[in-house]
Formats: sequence, C-alpha cells, structure tokens
Amino acid sequence: MTPVATPFFFYLISGIAIVSALVMITKVNPVHSALALIVTLLASAGLYLMLYAPFMAGVQIVLYAGGILVMFLFVMMLVNIEHLYVEKKWNRQSLLALLGALSLSGLVITALVRGAHTLPQHTIALEESTNTQGIGRLLYSATEGYYVFAFEVASVLLLVAVVGAVVMAKRRV
Amino acid sequence: MLDALTHIGTLHYLLVAAILFLIGMIGVITRRNVMIIFMCIELMLSAVNLNLLAFSRLWGLHGQVFALFIAADAAAEAAVGLGILIAFFRNRTTVNVDEVDLLKW
Repeated sequence: MTPVATPFFFYLISGIAIVSALVMITKVNPVHSALALIVTLLASAGLYLMLYAPFMAGVQIVLYAGGILVMFLFVMMLVNIEHLYVEKKWNRQSLLALLGALSLSGLVITALVRGAHTLPQHTIALEESTNTQGIGRLLYSATEGYYVFAFEVASVLLLVAVVGAVVMAKRRV
Repeated sequence: MLDALTHIGTLHYLLVAAILFLIGMIGVITRRNVMIIFMCIELMLSAVNLNLLAFSRLWGLHGQVFALFIAADAAAEAAVGLGILIAFFRNRTTVNVDEVDLLKW
C-alpha cells in the first residue's frame, strides 16, 4: 500500500514546522511564542505519523502540546511580561551567536548531505496496527523487554523532577 | 535532482530535524527571555525525537522507545526548569537571563 501524495504532505508539514519555529524565536510576547511552538509540535506529530510511529505522534500531542505547553502558559500567568515590550529582545552577544549557529548549521547540513549515501536504502515494515503493542513489549515484557530497567529509572527521574519543582517553587523550604 | 526532491527518504527527515534543532539553538543563544529559552530547548528535544524516529524507520521499534524516554525527559526538564524560573522571578522580578550573573547575594 503506497501512501497518497507523500512528498507534497512532507514539504507542507515540514514547512509549517520550520516557519512556526522561526516565528517562535522572533516574537516578543512569550504567549505568542508558546502558540507557535504548539503549531511546530503538532506538525512534528504529523511527521511522526508519516514515519509510521502513531504512538509517538499521540504522545507528542498529549504530552508536549497538551501538557508541557499548558504548564508554560500557567507559568506565564505568574510572571509579569508587560515590561518585555520596552526591553531589548536579543542579548548582547546575539550577532556573534547567530554567526556561530549559522556556520554550525552549514557544517551539519553539509555533513548530512555528503554522508547520505551511507544510510541504508531499505526500510523496515513497521506495522501501524501493532505499533503500540510492539513498544509495550519492548518496555514491559519479561522475555523481550529490553527497556524494563530504563523504564523504572525514568519513572524515578520523573518523581525526582516533580519533588524538585515543588521544592524550588515553594516560598520557604 | 528532481528524483532526490520527490523521493522522500531518511535524509529529508534528518535535514528537517537538523533545521529545527538549529533554529532552537539559535533561539537559546540569542534570546534574553528565559521562558522562550525553555521553549527552544523543548523544540530541540522534539527535533532529536524526529531524528530517532527517522532511524527507527530503518532499524525497527527501538528508536521509538528511545523517543518515548526523551519525551519523559522533556517533561521532567520542563517541570524543574519552570520551578527554577518561578524562584528566579520571585527573587529578581525579571525573566531576563542577562540579569542572572550572581550565584548568591
């Protein structure tokens, strides 16, 4: 089964992602930046779907666009942002930083394009209907679970992060 | 040349991920608002996820599990970072990173 009009949707979705990422780093108001970031993350979820990763696309929408961005918007309500309009938007070393970042991007893109022939040409048949089961087996299964220990460590990491966030946001410890 | 544009392969996804990552990096090193810097870090993590998923298309599901762990990491990082941001704003009443030049006062 071949997907319909894949190049068109690929360029459309990645164009949306890149343009809204550029909007995100140029806006003064962080609320506008957060909205642009939501658009970028939803577009990346579309790219995940094109890579046959429907579970990660769902996680991207629920966790990033739904959870983390809501947390950002909550914090913005606690922080005064009116004075940002009268302050300078870019920091002192921004021109030098931009120059360095652009040269790094030239390096990375040249390396990717010139090294493209080392990538394998074949792709693996990833079944969308068993995608979530496959990830679940790798995470939890007793026989083929490669990542059981890593999963437990990640849960401890999240617990530590929640406790740390509460401790740091508290007025007095 | 046209064939390379119309046949979407791994390289195309890697290039999009690299561009998103570099936009995030430019934001981190040029903006002054700490909230936008956090958002740029989230964008960079998401670009890395796109890289991992592009490779999982070639080598199987392990890349998707790795991407899941990176998503969990991003959530932890956002929680701790926003906690630090609230503490910082309470002490200095600003969200400008150029003002953060003292460890203690």
